[in-house]
Amino acid sequence: MKRKLQSTTSKLLPAAALLILVGVWELVSDTGLIPKFMLPSPVEVCAAFVSDFPLLWENSWVTLLETFIGLLLGIAIGFVMAMLMDRFSPLKKALYPLIVITQTIPTVAIAPLLVLWFGYEMTPKVILIVLIVFFPIAVSLLDGFSSADPDTINLMRSMGAGKMQIFRYVKFPGALGQFFSSLKIAVSYAVVGAVISEWLGGFKGLGVYMTRVKKSYAFDKMFAVILLISALSLILMGIVTLLQKKCMPWEKSKINKE
Amino acid sequence: MSQLEVKNVSFSYDGKNSVIENVNLSVESGELVSILGLSGCGKSTLFNVIAGLRTPQSGRVLLGGEDITSKPGSISYMLQKDLLLPYRTIEDNVALPLIIGGMKKKEARAKVQEFFPRFGLDGTQRKFPSELSGGMRQRAALLRTYMFSGKAALLDEPFSALDTLTRSDIHKWYLGVMDEIKLTTLFVTHDIDEAILLSDRICLLTGKPSTISDIIVIDEPKPRDLSFTLSEKFLKYKKAVMDKLTAEN
Repeated sequence: MKRKLQSTTSKLLPAAALLILVGVWELVSDTGLIPKFMLPSPVEVCAAFVSDFPLLWENSWVTLLETFIGLLLGIAIGFVMAMLMDRFSPLKKALYPLIVITQTIPTVAIAPLLVLWFGYEMTPKVILIVLIVFFPIAVSLLDGFSSADPDTINLMRSMGAGKMQIFRYVKFPGALGQFFSSLKIAVSYAVVGAVISEWLGGFKGLGVYMTRVKKSYAFDKMFAVILLISALSLILMGIVTLLQKKCMPWEKSKINKE
Repeated sequence: MSQLEVKNVSFSYDGKNSVIENVNLSVESGELVSILGLSGCGKSTLFNVIAGLRTPQSGRVLLGGEDITSKPGSISYMLQKDLLLPYRTIEDNVALPLIIGGMKKKEARAKVQEFFPRFGLDGTQRKFPSELSGGMRQRAALLRTYMFSGKAALLDEPFSALDTLTRSDIHKWYLGVMDEIKLTTLFVTHDIDEAILLSDRICLLTGKPSTISDIIVIDEPKPRDLSFTLSEKFLKYKKAVMDKLTAEN
């Protein structure tokens, strides 16, 4: 009972905060404190969202498709890299610093290059997302693999398990928790990455649409796109959480007992 | 013929100072032999050598007459930590050694079922380790060890992390299970009472480098029950063990 109450208040508080924020926004905009063309009111943003919905919908699909392909490739590459680096430690020593360095390169800076190299179609966008996604995935998986309990690994060896079997039964499932945490981050980064790369050139997608409405100073539509992008990120993160619950049933049983 | 034999085994980590030297012991089929020693006497090192995880500088380990020195995969062990995989159900944990050995998952699951009632684990098949008490987890760990090797098992202080009541509970359970399955067991402990209650023979591992200094035979019919620990005979054994341990150190 107490827990139920707690979870209700924990949902109530952020909802109230959000409501107050939107209320203040509406007031500021309605009273003309900030001119309407600079900051449209929430009501206007919603109206723009509704009237523009068919266009938004169409462009979302392009962005989502890029995000998905980029995510899948990024996860696959991150997984293979982590697995190889875990298996061959010289490889880890050689590549780990390099991987960290690639992350210090600002994505906004390489995005235009990618456009120059690969054109205005989907390829440069997907590549950018892959670059963004594979880092958190590879690092979290690698940490997960190498934090496997040495006693458990020895026990598996005593049962005659080979390296692949130890990987499959101990290291991989043990790294799932870390994998999903990093996937949640990766998913939201991926959506943002897709939008950024669309800004710099393309024919369709939320990023392209965003630059278009920005150029026509349609700030209400601009906010509508921002809203949609946040919503998409949230939905994707929600899907990851669901997936995590599905893939890690033992976590749930732990919570039930505590 | 002895099931498990350790012949003249010496081991050192740095090549100079031996941790264990010239250890000889044998466990007959169905027998339980314990190794009793103070902490830091090299019990666990000896254990790793027998399990094949470490290569001794000299000596051999034989299982059923076959040389298994530094060959992991022939004899399994159980530790103080249950080491059950948290993400596998109890039945899948128990079936794991069979699956590693190449058996199909379905087949392995079916095969382990019959042992659940015998080990007092019925009803836990589909549960995760986190849902079980420490004592139950140790039972599951023992069943897993048994599934791996019906031939012989190494138990390294398997019950020492449990509280006293759970422990005497699990001793009772253990004596019952062993009476049925008669697993050839090498049992490491620092608890004298536990060693006398469970063993057929007790090997004292003493000195630096450690070696087997004495073997005490517990000549008491099996199955034993917990009242044995309160008998006069038991105290006599205990005194004998303690005298020898203090004499050696």
